Amino acid sequence: MALQDVCGFLDTLDDTGPCTYPPNEMGYMWRTASEFDRDSAFHFLFPPQQCSRKNRVPTLFSSTFSSLSPHQQPFQLSHGTTTLGFIFQDGVIAAADTRASCKGLICCPTSQKIMPIHSHLVVNTSGSGADCMLWERILTREMRLYQLRHRKRLSINGAAKLLSMMLHPFKGTNVCVAATLCGWDGEETRETLNSCMEIAEVKEAVEQDTGVSTISDSALSSVKMASVNEQEILKDAYALNPAVSDQNTKNVLSFGGRSGPRVCYVCSDGLQLKGEIISVGSGSPYAYAVLDDGWRWGMTVDEAVALAREAVFRATHWDAYSGNNVDLFHITAHGWRRRDREDLKEEYYRERERKRKKIKEREKERQKREGDELGEGDIYSVHCG
Amino acid sequence: MEYLIGIQGPDFVLVAADNVAASSIIQMKHDYDKMFKLSEKILLLCVGEAGDTVQFAEYIQKNVQLYKMRNGYELSPAAAANFTRKNLADYLRSRTPYHVNLLLAGYDEADGPGLYYMDYLSALAKAPFAAHGYGAFLTLSILDRYYRPGDSALSLIRLNKRFILNLPSFTVRLIDKDGIHDMEKLPVAPGG
Repeated sequence: MALQDVCGFLDTLDDTGPCTYPPNEMGYMWRTASEFDRDSAFHFLFPPQQCSRKNRVPTLFSSTFSSLSPHQQPFQLSHGTTTLGFIFQDGVIAAADTRASCKGLICCPTSQKIMPIHSHLVVNTSGSGADCMLWERILTREMRLYQLRHRKRLSINGAAKLLSMMLHPFKGTNVCVAATLCGWDGEETRETLNSCMEIAEVKEAVEQDTGVSTISDSALSSVKMASVNEQEILKDAYALNPAVSDQNTKNVLSFGGRSGPRVCYVCSDGLQLKGEIISVGSGSPYAYAVLDDGWRWGMTVDEAVALAREAVFRATHWDAYSGNNVDLFHITAHGWRRRDREDLKEEYYRERERKRKKIKEREKERQKREGDELGEGDIYSVHCG
Repeated sequence: MEYLIGIQGPDFVLVAADNVAASSIIQMKHDYDKMFKLSEKILLLCVGEAGDTVQFAEYIQKNVQLYKMRNGYELSPAAAANFTRKNLADYLRSRTPYHVNLLLAGYDEADGPGLYYMDYLSALAKAPFAAHGYGAFLTLSILDRYYRPGDSALSLIRLNKRFILNLPSFTVRLIDKDGIHDMEKLPVAPGG
């Protein structure tokens, strides 16, 4: 039908014709969809026929491969992580641990699971690390192209849909990507752009949020990065549309959709969800428990940051595949800000210390009460003091 | 486990679907809508494998809308059901079959209300009542016992309330000659 022709969708999914590419030395064949628009987001190399799921339609070429065993993985992939994202009245919080694990060993204790895509969107990745890195880059490319072609940013829901569509042909293969897109959909007004570009102003605003109190160099540099993005966007806008005058401040980069915080989950098996609280990974049940308990729409930034930290901390405590540090991003209408990476080992010891103190205090109080009850309390109080 | 139910009355169709979107053991969403509006008087309810449901249902939805744009009038529920079945059947023996179970409910000016049951092997049947999911095992026998063709909407909604399983909430919609109406979202009432 017409829609299919426009998208070229069936050309990529349908596989009834014989393959015309010669096999390489491994005996595999990689097909590309012919008669294809090179710029299309769907221009991919498709995996060899064995990887296709379910029915294996016997064709001319599959009989040659019947003796080949399915492609062996060099090692077992495992998907241990805790990432979470939630929205509240003042933006979006994205948090994740930093442990990259592989079959019972820690590959990397300081991996970064939250990647910024552009100034108002970060993606929490979980699943296979290589797949996430690749797909995050593909998504960044496609969103930038959209922005340049249409002079407006793609919405978060649109980005989720795009990613979901791009992952669909790989359903049933070993691609494992579970991404949470956290960002702010909104109108770009000249005012917000100016405030982004002025680091001093942002710093002021940020310092008023006492939760994100210590503005480290990394945070400032991330703010700088955000402002640089805004400048680039503005430059692009002017380049494409030189007639824009200063009077049209609101319409420079505005788009009609409603603005606000958004969190969207995209999975390589096709699940796509929009929601208020999303947590992904082996540690997600533990994180959900903390988040469900403490989340309110009207939270302050302090409370939200504390809640996210707590959720990741508890998840890393109980889940073996999550741990090491916690990364935290806060996205508002002005862009994303990054909190210092925090070592959770310290938090664990601090909590142990707090508990110990509490027990000691309670013990003291109890003995004091007992001492008072006994009236004189001479020998006993000396003992217990 | 997901659940769909549809009941046809004399001049309306009542459909309900649960609201859970789950990923292995976690309920990721409690207010997930499984109904897709194909046209003013046709609803497609879709459950099954995670990505397949949305992908297939949106594909059918867009194509039904395209038909309207090209030809100026909407597909009837019977035509939409058969179109859906044809697509499901075509994909069944391809490299990428869609594992979805569907209920298609609609109101036609000429034929009146219609409820169509479709499963992942693209079997199509027009039925006075139908259900998908583990809940279907329980509710179909009750419907056999209590369903009467001339029932009013209210009594059928009450009937619906009795069957609610251990799922937190349901979206209920009614299709009649005036279009699609949202009924109240049903939470689980203890003791029916």
